[in-house]
Amino acid sequence: MYYLKLIWTFFRIGILNEMAYRVNFYVQLLQSILSLGTAIAGLAIVFSHTDTLGGWQAVDILALLGVFMFVGGVIGMVINPSMSQLMDDVLRGIFDYTLTKPCDAQFLASISQIRVWRLTDILLGAGVLIAALIYRGLDIGPHEALAFAFVLCTGGSIIYSFWLMLATLTFWFLRIENILHIFQSMYEAGRWPIGIYPHWLRYILTFLVPVAFAITVPAEALSGRLTPESMITSGLLCVFLLAFSRWFWKRGLKNYSGASA
Amino acid sequence: MKHYTATYWAFFKTSLLEQFQYRAAMAIWMISRILEPIIYLTVWTTVAQARGGSVGSYSPADFAAYYIVLMLVNQFTFSWVMHIYDFRIRQGELSNFLLKPIHPIHADIAENIAYKVLTAIIIFPTALLLFFLFDPNLAFHIQTFAVFLLALGIAFLMRFFIEWTLALVAFWTTRNEAINQMYFTLGLFLSGRIAPIDLLPGAIQTLADALPFRWAVAFPVELMLGRLSQEQILNGFTMQAVWLLAGFLLIQLTWRLGVKKYSAVGS
Repeated sequence: MYYLKLIWTFFRIGILNEMAYRVNFYVQLLQSILSLGTAIAGLAIVFSHTDTLGGWQAVDILALLGVFMFVGGVIGMVINPSMSQLMDDVLRGIFDYTLTKPCDAQFLASISQIRVWRLTDILLGAGVLIAALIYRGLDIGPHEALAFAFVLCTGGSIIYSFWLMLATLTFWFLRIENILHIFQSMYEAGRWPIGIYPHWLRYILTFLVPVAFAITVPAEALSGRLTPESMITSGLLCVFLLAFSRWFWKRGLKNYSGASA
Repeated sequence: MKHYTATYWAFFKTSLLEQFQYRAAMAIWMISRILEPIIYLTVWTTVAQARGGSVGSYSPADFAAYYIVLMLVNQFTFSWVMHIYDFRIRQGELSNFLLKPIHPIHADIAENIAYKVLTAIIIFPTALLLFFLFDPNLAFHIQTFAVFLLALGIAFLMRFFIEWTLALVAFWTTRNEAINQMYFTLGLFLSGRIAPIDLLPGAIQTLADALPFRWAVAFPVELMLGRLSQEQILNGFTMQAVWLLAGFLLIQLTWRLGVKKYSAVGS
């Protein structure tokens, strides 16, 4: 309950901050619509030459695009800005203030910055996803919906843990803000099903930069191609990475000695 | 002329040293420019296989050649001026450039070339690696290569002029993000990055013929691949010349008007 209240507080601060720059909302909205339009036009071009792509119908890839935008929106709204802030705070020694607060530092650091306007991506992503499902005639049962919710949560947690580990590296190597950009670049590959890529790239996108679990696997759940194996792998990897990133974070904290002061 | 050579050499050396300090960041920022062609190469290869071997006149090996050369052409012709100019103007940093007794575009061109020279260390081995991974259908003829280099050189200047003009729009808007993204989106389709131009719907092809994107990226690529007839090559060079001249004139005009409007913000 306490944690939920904190999230809500930070969300409100995010709204207040953005209210000062209202034009940003229109810029963000325009950018979200442009990237959605680009993605759909790209799909239209590809599917004007074929009916299926690696076994996926156009409408299934549209659902995948919805997941891609939704997850991308969540990363852009909370994870990316908070982790960048963390790295900046550690560099400048301001992180001391986070540590002195009567709350878990990892939790605080993970929600410290919320860019509310990125909600446009989340809403558009959800809209695309729902539109794709309606177009297919809402043919998913409660089992598929549950499986989808499950792998979306585990996939999201995997992505979060991965970012946290990257950002935690900052306790050892101060100036590595560019490392977050690696993920941003690789994320683009997630807008197509991972299965079409050559095996070396598929391996990278599954285990080195776990885009596959956050986007392809949930989309598979919606189109009835989710295997029990990938569901179990996603669950186990989620638990493992959450625990491991927590441990890694604690190790990093021990290394922190305050930069300035 | 001698004056210019010396100035360029000085700018080039400073930029080279400056950028070398950020070599790790530089490699990281290249990932998306390497990954994007691989993504679309894979997508189109998958489509070709589903259709029993080819899409239009492209087999998987042709797509491989197309996207590997495209990666190189895009790497050598792209610029980032329009992403930093609004910052320069907002922060009043432009004042430093105005004080120098030389047009500020020269420093930017020299900086861009320095970056390309440095990143060649990454992009060429990457291209070689992709060559072995994807087995492209690419024959090397010395004449074609010479003409390709000419087209690439013009493409670089032309793209630089146009993107520099776009950057100058910041004199009036002070924030360029939205315009930049529209330019980027158009370029994605019209310069042949999402698909080779032949595979786009007819209406978009007509648009691509008229705008500069195609002539800055897709044209040198198709030239290198030997896909163009003599007539198409001549037409391509004509369009390049037209846009090079247009870009040059546009810079003159916007720069003159923009500087008048500029009043150093900050400092």
